[in-house]
Amino acid sequence: MLRGLWKLTWIELKIFLREPLGAFGTIVIPVLVFIVAGRVLGRGLAPSALAASSFISVGLPVLASVLIAVSAVLSLVTIISIYREGGILKRLRATPLRPQTILTAHVLAKLLLTAATLALMVLAGKRYYPVGVHAPLFGFTIALLISTWSILSIGFLIASIVPTARFAQPIGAFILYPMIAVSGLFAPVESLPPSLHAVARVVPLTYAVSLLEGIWKGDPWSAHMGDVAALAVVFIVCTALSAKVFRWE
Amino acid sequence: MRPVIQVSAVRKTYGSTVAVDEVSFEVNDGEIFGLIGPNGAGKTTTMECIEGLRTPDRGTISVLGLDPFNDVYKLQERIGVQLQQSQLQKRIKVWEAVDLWASLYQKNAIAGERLLEQLGLIDKRNAWFMTLSGGQKQRLFIALALINNPEVVFLDELTTGLDPQSRRAIWDLVRGIRERGKTVFLTTHLMEEAERLCDRVAIIEHGRIIDIDRPENLVNRHCPERTIVLATDDRTAEERFRAIPRVEAVTCSDSQFTIRGRGDELVTAVIHCLSENRIRVTDFRTILPNLEDVFIKLTGHSIRD
Repeated sequence: MLRGLWKLTWIELKIFLREPLGAFGTIVIPVLVFIVAGRVLGRGLAPSALAASSFISVGLPVLASVLIAVSAVLSLVTIISIYREGGILKRLRATPLRPQTILTAHVLAKLLLTAATLALMVLAGKRYYPVGVHAPLFGFTIALLISTWSILSIGFLIASIVPTARFAQPIGAFILYPMIAVSGLFAPVESLPPSLHAVARVVPLTYAVSLLEGIWKGDPWSAHMGDVAALAVVFIVCTALSAKVFRWE
Repeated sequence: MRPVIQVSAVRKTYGSTVAVDEVSFEVNDGEIFGLIGPNGAGKTTTMECIEGLRTPDRGTISVLGLDPFNDVYKLQERIGVQLQQSQLQKRIKVWEAVDLWASLYQKNAIAGERLLEQLGLIDKRNAWFMTLSGGQKQRLFIALALINNPEVVFLDELTTGLDPQSRRAIWDLVRGIRERGKTVFLTTHLMEEAERLCDRVAIIEHGRIIDIDRPENLVNRHCPERTIVLATDDRTAEERFRAIPRVEAVTCSDSQFTIRGRGDELVTAVIHCLSENRIRVTDFRTILPNLEDVFIKLTGHSIRD
């Protein structure tokens, strides 16, 4: 099962970084935007107000993390559908490679890229970010990996059903971005109109945001086991569904 | 000796479309076997069932004594595959692809560098896949199909879209595969390719196999007509030609004669007649039927229609 996994993951990473804007678009731009947004928004506030501004200290880091995860998922959806359309998936399947290995390699490549972006963000944040970084980074990394893994499984489900590569990115964005809107990332779920509460409750991103914000603020893990469980359910359901409907060609 | 591939009464449908039906044939060890027919005849479906990429609805298939459905991973260790209209990652380098493929097989992968050399790709080892020409891509796919030193090699529409020069170069490569003792199973809709390359061919149309044999046997069986065109000023010639056994028609315009008849002996008989009667000719050529004619005879239309 593991034969070929590392080599394939490594090659997929290299190929992605060779794309025009590959490294720049996924790693450099998000970090820059994060720093600039923090500085611009933070400039008008007095130091005491800074700490109180929960958006700067909690919202923005979590927002950045979620956006990076979502863009990794969109990129996964696009790559899978391009590979399917070009017959690359089929060609790989005509080898002793197990199908799971091919898909796992893609997920691993995306996770590694996400991790690299976040590591840079933390390093840059320590130096340039207005409020500094005092969050439990290790715990936050774990929380983000769980969240990304779970959102990636949604991505796989989308990749399983999009008809052609041309629609992959727009359909993916159409499904994922509204999820962000109701997830509590911009406004707490309680402040949304009641009709959206129910929607927020079934949107997987809501649990990811709750988990990420909680861990960032220093909540103990025990307070968020519900979120973790919900994300695990999403992962299991989406993986099982895409195993049923995934098309190789 | 046991056939390398045995296909028996295979049927495969997609929805209400019957892709292949009652397809049966055997491929022997060390031969180049061609499945020929127009696009949509069921060639690729048949091949992909044998490779274990599709599951037939009915019928049995055995490749190297293995069941392509139940033993697919065992089988894929021992076969090499080139798929129709396949691509690789745009920015994968030639050597990376060969290196990746070599790592996927348990057994003795053969030296990738030597393979690239043999296929004339060594200068391109650092090139991205997207920058290769059509012929170079096909040669890379052949390299990937050979990397595990397979016992059977599957080539699906190998030369489609290539210019005549690259096509001939690829044919030589395929003959080279047979010379290394491997069995080759290929599909093509190019009759010239089948005729030049294949030891035996199966003609398939609308998902059914119409006939299987060596190309020359198919031609002799279905198209025994022979035509000879020659030019002579000899006035007595026409009468003499008509007297040749098996000659069915002789037509003459100016000094050019067209002689039509049947059977392999016709050409010899005409030459014999010319020399016996000391008929002086200024032109002599034969028009022999080929697989294309066989196809038209069997199906009532050209393979390109």
